[in-house]
Amino acid sequence: MSLKIIEARCKGCGICVAFCPKQVLGISEIEKVKILNASACITCRQCETRCPDFAIFITEPVPTP
Amino acid sequence: MFMEQLIEKYFRPGRLPHIWCPGCANGIITGALVKAIYRTGLDKDNIAVVSGIGCSSRASGYLDFNTVHSAHGRALPFATGIKLAAPQMTVIVITGDGDAAAIGGNHFIHAARRNIDLTVLLYNNNTYGMTGGQYSPLTPTNSKASTAPYGTVDRPFDLAALARGAGATFAARGSAFHAPMLVDLILSGIRHKGFSLVEAVASCPISYGRQNKLGDAPAMLKWQRDHAVPAAAYEKLNDEQKADKFPIGVLHQADAPEYTEEYAKIIARARKEGGH
Ligand SMILES: Cc1ncc(C[n+]2csc(CCOP(=O)(O)OP(=O)(O)O)c2C)c(N)n1
Ligand code: SF4
Ligand code: SF4
Ligand code: SF4
Repeated sequence: MSLKIIEARCKGCGICVAFCPKQVLGISEIEKVKILNASACITCRQCETRCPDFAIFITEPVPTP
Repeated sequence: MFMEQLIEKYFRPGRLPHIWCPGCANGIITGALVKAIYRTGLDKDNIAVVSGIGCSSRASGYLDFNTVHSAHGRALPFATGIKLAAPQMTVIVITGDGDAAAIGGNHFIHAARRNIDLTVLLYNNNTYGMTGGQYSPLTPTNSKASTAPYGTVDRPFDLAALARGAGATFAARGSAFHAPMLVDLILSGIRHKGFSLVEAVASCPISYGRQNKLGDAPAMLKWQRDHAVPAAAYEKLNDEQKADKFPIGVLHQADAPEYTEEYAKIIARARKEGGH
């Protein structure tokens, strides 16, 4: 499982849902991101890159500069 | 390093969640800034981040560098002072389209003219977000604003062209949608010695999007995806095609003497000739 969600930061804007190429994510009844299908995640970081609220992360290292 | 740690490294502890509205692109752009700073390898203590006033300018308060949240339109004078007093410091200016191009327009052209080594990251959401959606000098003609309910007749600045005309030696435009490219552009701006403008096309779903019926936050980012064209390809478009698109990438880069270096020479000369 390489997705980490920090629910307290999520504002339910739906950006991560809209740009996930694998329909991994959805929005819950309480307007927070939720994982619908973790096993489909290809760790492409599209969600992490565009989440304006630093609420979703891939738990794999980023390259050192 | 993990991305979560990278964000934590450059944000002040306990400051998230931030105050920006759901889906506001300001967070994406601020994330791109810290990712670019990470890639410079610079020590946090050698970086100053100076902002003006506006939603975008609040970013300085979240970031863990030497920061100044200054006055509306006046980030560049503060930044100029810091850079002159501590030329070894990397000085980054965070500003909005109103902050930089309206009330701060005069400071903007003169900082560019001096070619002082500052990197200006301008969050262009085409509006005064903080005060409820008045039009700015970067609001597109015919767009609605709280001060132009039937659409504004003003023509917007092309700020990259303005910066170039005023003497800036680096001008680039990126967008929140193209966030990885924005990281590269900010990094190039920081590495460039001289006045660097990086305009980041932002989206304000609340104060701008609603009035102009631009849809929700994902829709506004999709608009950026569909209307941004790499600078080289943009140049090949005809005028009609250009009208519907905007160029992204490095738009201008040149060499010219940098202000603090020239100033250091004057100080050395004054010391020698003044006999001190
Ligand atoms: C001297 C002065 N005049 C006016 C204001 C009111 N004011 C606060 S923010 C702002 C405009 C902000 O627009 P912009 O710089 O584009 O930033 P945004 O909020 O869109 O990020 C104005 C007019 C002020 N704070 N100070
Ligand atoms: S992009 Fe971020 S804030 Fe928006 S719904 Fe996804 S996790 Fe939440
Ligand atoms: S990393 Fe890619 S595939 Fe996985 S949830 Fe995020 S956007 Fe979807
Ligand atoms: S008013 Fe607009 S610019 Fe300001 S925080 Fe909200 S969405 Fe962002």
